Amino acid sequence: MSFNDSFFAAKFGIARRDLENYLQDALSRGGDYADLYFEYLATSSIGIDESIVKSATQGVSVGVGVRVIAGERTGYAYSDDLSPEKIKHAAQVAALIASGPAKVEKTSLHEGVKRNLYPVLTAPSETAFRERVELAQRADRAARAYDPRIFQVQVTYADNLREVLVATSDGVLNFDRQPLARMSVFTLARDGNGVPQQGHSGGGGRYELSWFQNERTPEYFAKEAARQALVQLDAVEAPAGEQIVVLGPGWPGVLLHEAVGHGLEADFNRKGVSAFSGRIGQQVASPLCTVVDDGTIGGRRGSLNVDDEGNETQRNVLIENGVLRGYLQDNLSSRILGAKPTGSGRRESYEHIPMPRMTNTFMMAGESDPADIIRSVPRGLYCANFAGGQVDITSGNFVFSASESYLIEDGKLTRPVRNATLIGNGPEAMKYVSMVGNDLKLDEGIGICGKEGQSVPVGVGIPTVRIDRMTVGGTA
Amino acid sequence: MTFDKLPEIAQAAIKQALDGGAGDAECTISEGDEFSASVRMGEVETLKEAGSRGAGLRVLIGRRMGSSYTSDLTPEGIRHMVRSAIDLASVTTEDPHADLPDADELGSIEGDLQLFSEDVAGLPAELKIDSAKRAEAAALAFDPRITNSEGGSFDSNIGGRVFANSRGFIGAYRSTYCSVSAVPVAIQNGAMERDYWFTMARNFAGLEDPESVGRIAAARAIRRLGAVKVETQRVPVIFEPRVARTLLGNLFEAVEGRSIYRQASFLAGKLGEKIADERITLIDDGTIPHLFGSQPFDDEGVPTRRTPVIEKGVLKSYLLNTYTARKLGMKTTGNASRGITGNAGIGHGNFFLEAGDKSPEEIIRGVRNGFYVTELIGSGVNIVTGDYSRGAVGLWVRDGELAFPVSEVTIASTMQEMLNTVAEIGSDLEFRGSVSAPTIMIGEMTVAGR
Repeated sequence: MSFNDSFFAAKFGIARRDLENYLQDALSRGGDYADLYFEYLATSSIGIDESIVKSATQGVSVGVGVRVIAGERTGYAYSDDLSPEKIKHAAQVAALIASGPAKVEKTSLHEGVKRNLYPVLTAPSETAFRERVELAQRADRAARAYDPRIFQVQVTYADNLREVLVATSDGVLNFDRQPLARMSVFTLARDGNGVPQQGHSGGGGRYELSWFQNERTPEYFAKEAARQALVQLDAVEAPAGEQIVVLGPGWPGVLLHEAVGHGLEADFNRKGVSAFSGRIGQQVASPLCTVVDDGTIGGRRGSLNVDDEGNETQRNVLIENGVLRGYLQDNLSSRILGAKPTGSGRRESYEHIPMPRMTNTFMMAGESDPADIIRSVPRGLYCANFAGGQVDITSGNFVFSASESYLIEDGKLTRPVRNATLIGNGPEAMKYVSMVGNDLKLDEGIGICGKEGQSVPVGVGIPTVRIDRMTVGGTA
Repeated sequence: MTFDKLPEIAQAAIKQALDGGAGDAECTISEGDEFSASVRMGEVETLKEAGSRGAGLRVLIGRRMGSSYTSDLTPEGIRHMVRSAIDLASVTTEDPHADLPDADELGSIEGDLQLFSEDVAGLPAELKIDSAKRAEAAALAFDPRITNSEGGSFDSNIGGRVFANSRGFIGAYRSTYCSVSAVPVAIQNGAMERDYWFTMARNFAGLEDPESVGRIAAARAIRRLGAVKVETQRVPVIFEPRVARTLLGNLFEAVEGRSIYRQASFLAGKLGEKIADERITLIDDGTIPHLFGSQPFDDEGVPTRRTPVIEKGVLKSYLLNTYTARKLGMKTTGNASRGITGNAGIGHGNFFLEAGDKSPEEIIRGVRNGFYVTELIGSGVNIVTGDYSRGAVGLWVRDGELAFPVSEVTIASTMQEMLNTVAEIGSDLEFRGSVSAPTIMIGEMTVAGR
């Protein structure tokens, strides 16, 4: 597709010359760089609770953000009105970050290379609403049918279709159509009059709606959510203190996101406020660990054809055989550091300034048989699922909360344990990785990453991994 | 289009919805103008200035609900929004409890809540940038170990809200806020620690001095330097006000109507029972002038009010909107809360724990061996079961004194046990945001470390 056939050209009559003019307005006070980010976002969501379809919402928002960089300074303005006067006004407001005569020659825009990691003909948002409601209802029925002890089920289904157009004073012109869908199932189980326990499962990606018919059905997520709640009915208190921890494959990769991913975002490192600052080339994990952030995996929730600054996403090696290799860059940090952009500039919406962010972050498979890894542990904790995590990038301390875990006794999984937080220190924790499984798995596609008030969809993944020492925050 | 025109747009949307077959409808319009300036190491880092608005509509056809939203407030955009919501009401299911508030429940509280101040709109950019610079500079000057910074910032917002429904309610109000914050980084022996502090007010004149913000932030970062991991043990745990607030956040989730009717809260079915130490009195009050949790009516057009949630340890009330109230056979408490999209959820007004009579120093003095928590990270609180386990940073208490910094540990217990073993409540209640708590000491929790 060429620019003239693209969404914003066709629907809003935006011409290449208009973009060049707005960029010129943005640089009229002497800025070094400017970009425009046009966004049209259509969202839908469905909520089922007590088997009643209680909510169905859809809507549209549209707007443009204008950014000007002058040295290390950023000026930003946006408009939810795409009339030429309003865009021009936003460009002039953003321009005020610089003070002086214009110094950049008029930009001439060139379309970037085209590829499509999510060749979706009909986005889920474009299908009949009733079809999507029926998918959610199937999940509700399946979770209830799984076991009579399941007494509450909530299903949410949400999708969106984002059309973006990025034009920069470096001459980049890129547009993308980004579909995304996700289903989540929450369950509550109870034994007689006992304490209720919750379970949660979900998934999705940048796929057609048929993915939920063929690849991951509503029944799949429903059963998983029900199973997790039932497991917790027998849970015992979690241990407290340092333990051997084994992480199961898939979603527990959130460890990498918190322990190393955030600390490698270039904005923190150029300011010298990350525990990983100045550590490129140093051993920060056991030699068994190779960690990558890859925005190019087809259909994944964290993948993008181009990032929100118009750069192609790529596969970035963060840690190779335990040695720190690189940071995740956006345009601002790469300009200041003289580094290449890594396709990691992302933003929540046109109202937000882009920052270096992760896409799909995972550890490469190792050689151990997962069963051998569990067998090798005399006493420890096996974590199959997590509810999320957080990191203080300056001290490097991170936590993540286990939502499904089991005691390991004499090399066997025994009793399920109650929710517990695990805590460690970024540059230290992964030095204790002593076995890496051959079973790399990516998560099901539900991750949301928050940074400085901006949320973006991400993915994680990990094989089964043994960590010899980590603090578990239980009560036993 | 000025703010004064928005009520007409809301009413026009409702009329169109009724004409299009809806039995009832409600429309929310909100607008906001934001300004933010951040400085780092004395230089301006970012300036952001812009405004936006959006409208949301909920319709009822019989007992079926549909909702939609748009950022396009032109007649065409509104027409599209109305059609969208009506279409969706045909795919939802009959819900016997779906309804708007009764006409006699609607209204707005009397008097001016003083949520809006002209001085925020008129502030020159230089003054705002200067506040951010002064806060950061004071932090950097505080101690030679503060050698880096994530910066100082000034943020302000001018917001407007309109709500109308088909049962005759129409209301509008504007609000402002501004804040100054600083995030210094302290370095010692190659290890770094950061912390932050802020001031926030409805008007510029109400902000605390930027220098004091910077100094407090710096002192907080400095006192974290040289933190160690302690051995795993059970000890008294003191939550300073900034982290005590988060316990109230957890309690809010446990008393809001949705988790109650779904039995997804450890407090479901406990109304009228003693669930906490008798020193605990927890209030929700959306009617206090100036404060950040105040508004004249909730997001369904019901007047806000003062609701004692826990009184002397007894659970007195849940916090409800119209839907959850009908599910539970109760009355709304005026706690409906919504953004532009979807149906009304539940929010709090000013949600606070009544102060006790001991100063925080006196509380610390009474502890021989314990943990004074200054920051919590992670989301390890399970509202269904009450299980509590979070990452913590703070200072170890030895013989009544703050002795040394501690990090990379967790604190764990259950919310039930924590509520029942509250040992002390401080006198230091301050309204710094919409959730406020004084210092709280819990008799004993598990601190997991080495």
